[in-house]
Amino acid sequence: MDLNLSAEERLFRDELRAWLGTNVPKDWAEWREKPLEETFPYLRAWQRKLDEGRWAAVSWPKEYGGRSATLMQQAIFWEEMAQVQAPPMANALGLGLIGPTIIAYGTEAQKKRFVPKILSAEEIWCQGFSEPNAGSDLAGLQTEARLDGDHYVVNGQKVWTSYGWVGDWCELVVRTDANVPKHKGLTVLLVNMKSPGVDVRPLRQMTGESEFNELFFRDVRVPVENVLGKVNDGWNVAVSTLMYERGSYGARLHLLFKRNIERLIELSRTFQRNGHPAARDPLMRQKLAQCYGEIEIMRLNQLRAFSRITATGVPGPEGSILKIFWSELNQRVQQVAQELLGPYGQLVGGDSRAIDNGIWSYGYLRTRGNTIEAGTSEVQRNIIGHFVLGLPRSY
Amino acid sequence: MEFGLSESQQLLKDNARKFFAGECPMAEVRRIMETDTAYDAALWAKMVEQGYTGIIFPEEYGGVGLGIVEFILLMEEAGRALVPGPFFSTVALAGALIDAVADPEQKKRYLAPICAGEARSTVAILEATASWNSADVQIASANGKLTGEKLFVPDAMEADFIIVVARDGVFAVDAKASGINIQRMEALDLTRKLYSVRFSGTPAEKLANAAGLARALDVAAAALVAEMVGGMQRTLDITVEYAKTRKQFGKPIGMFQAVQHHCADMYLETESARSAAYYAAWALEENAPDAAVAVSIAKMYASDAARTVGNRGIQVHGGMGFTWENDLHLYYRRAKASETAFGDSTYHRERIAGLVIDAGAVSVQSA
Repeated sequence: MDLNLSAEERLFRDELRAWLGTNVPKDWAEWREKPLEETFPYLRAWQRKLDEGRWAAVSWPKEYGGRSATLMQQAIFWEEMAQVQAPPMANALGLGLIGPTIIAYGTEAQKKRFVPKILSAEEIWCQGFSEPNAGSDLAGLQTEARLDGDHYVVNGQKVWTSYGWVGDWCELVVRTDANVPKHKGLTVLLVNMKSPGVDVRPLRQMTGESEFNELFFRDVRVPVENVLGKVNDGWNVAVSTLMYERGSYGARLHLLFKRNIERLIELSRTFQRNGHPAARDPLMRQKLAQCYGEIEIMRLNQLRAFSRITATGVPGPEGSILKIFWSELNQRVQQVAQELLGPYGQLVGGDSRAIDNGIWSYGYLRTRGNTIEAGTSEVQRNIIGHFVLGLPRSY
Repeated sequence: MEFGLSESQQLLKDNARKFFAGECPMAEVRRIMETDTAYDAALWAKMVEQGYTGIIFPEEYGGVGLGIVEFILLMEEAGRALVPGPFFSTVALAGALIDAVADPEQKKRYLAPICAGEARSTVAILEATASWNSADVQIASANGKLTGEKLFVPDAMEADFIIVVARDGVFAVDAKASGINIQRMEALDLTRKLYSVRFSGTPAEKLANAAGLARALDVAAAALVAEMVGGMQRTLDITVEYAKTRKQFGKPIGMFQAVQHHCADMYLETESARSAAYYAAWALEENAPDAAVAVSIAKMYASDAARTVGNRGIQVHGGMGFTWENDLHLYYRRAKASETAFGDSTYHRERIAGLVIDAGAVSVQSA
């Protein structure tokens, strides 16, 4: 056990620091509160710049434009990005999930065709997995693809698709054989979102915004060369994508959480409670300290998981505790924020008295989604029960 | 950066597990806990043979000179086996304190016999207020003598000398000195007995440098957290095994999600406490600036987690979990004692607040 940076890790950090020092945009603060539709060209340009410096996808293999970065280096990458308050990248799903899946399962032609444009943000990717009747039971999905000559013809509906409104391409899981057990009849298609028959509609969520879309496919024709992996092996391809979801995502989240608790501690010095600053109120001190400690444990759990992945080569089902831990913790932190801010906590962005432009009322609602998206807490606990602890399958 | 165990660390941990499984199985724990002081000379001698009593102490006093991370791994396995008797009191508590506050000559007299396995010891901190805040300690020396009462002193009856935290420093007291009266405090944990220790003009030797006290107590607290993690792991293992074999409605109860989710939460809490314990040990070893916060985070989390892991384990066992025959309550009793030792989660949250919220306030004001 040695939590000091190795010489190689320090070199990586220093090179990145130097690059960010000269390249990170200085005016992001003026843009960050604007709607994503307005900032998207800005974020595309930023990703293109990162790609030119070979920093857009550090985890990817060198031959595909990455740096073959270790998990620790990836954690360092996100920490440094957060330190300088760098903007996010436009093609988040393409870089984080779909690109790695194409690199792992794609044909040479597919890699050549798609990978460079993911890196440069020239083509934005979205993910068509969940359906109205297939959430936790993803393998029960119904969107079907029928072979017609050298094309598949796709019909069905997807839901909870991030970046659907701006997506050029979609990693779509479809049913290609309805006569075999549900996991064995799925195939992954790479679908051009500009194809006739694709209809993208915003899905308004409880926060009032539309981060996600619903996708409707009516007789959409997809050439057979756009099958990713093997026909009817789509479950394995899709699971591989979901595994990447657990990778270094947590490292980015930790920094966000850390910023949140630091901000709450700062606010506790001015917000009054029982006639004195909340920072001196015994109960609020307890709650803030609990959040602070758990946010640190979230980081430590992640570092331990990284070390284990590095040793064994694959992200294991233990990753499920990371998901449960951060999602439930985030809800607790937001609840403490509400207690601290009192009636001010409910004010939304745009109200002149809202604290931090309404991020706390927004966060309070948005974090309800955390224990649902990317695998519900119940599914994660099932995974731990069966795959980690070896209890009999419950479903 | 590497948070996994090195090969030699893993080896030490595996060997400790094998050693305790062989020399201190649950039948032995139950036999020893029924004795007056829960001390077993034969088990002690075997632990000395392994070098465990000198594990983190300098070789010049007969120690093995390993680091705090290695020590924490040993304590985790000791906790897993629910090792009874004065090992924690002697090594993690008294030994670490002497190592931190005594001068070389005093170490020869107090630390060397601990390393050699010839002496057992403990530390007396709490008084009637039961406050872990050092400002609340009342006992002070007068003319080289101590008068007053210390409470909740673990394993005092087996100690050859007792280290006493007083207002004006840290003292070593011969357990056979005049004016010392040790009485048992009957408490939940049967494997680690507690005592009151009354001093009446008892001669005491002042140890050289009390400045090392806070860090030494942090080392002891981290060791205790590691022990708690071992106890949680064992509780989880016993519970999962039971859930796989116990059948109701014709199925193993572990097939029911209500039961699985209890087990999943036990796993989450155990692993999270382990992450915090290992980091605290590393931070202490490296003298990292956040070492004190790291120890408090670990103790805060483990204090609550050890209790809830026990709660869930007993619940999953149903009626069997409520019996004397089942081992879970022995771990549950230890967990309750450990929860309050060196401060419970409420105490450590306030300590974190002092280190993080108040310290931050100072820097903001001076900026």
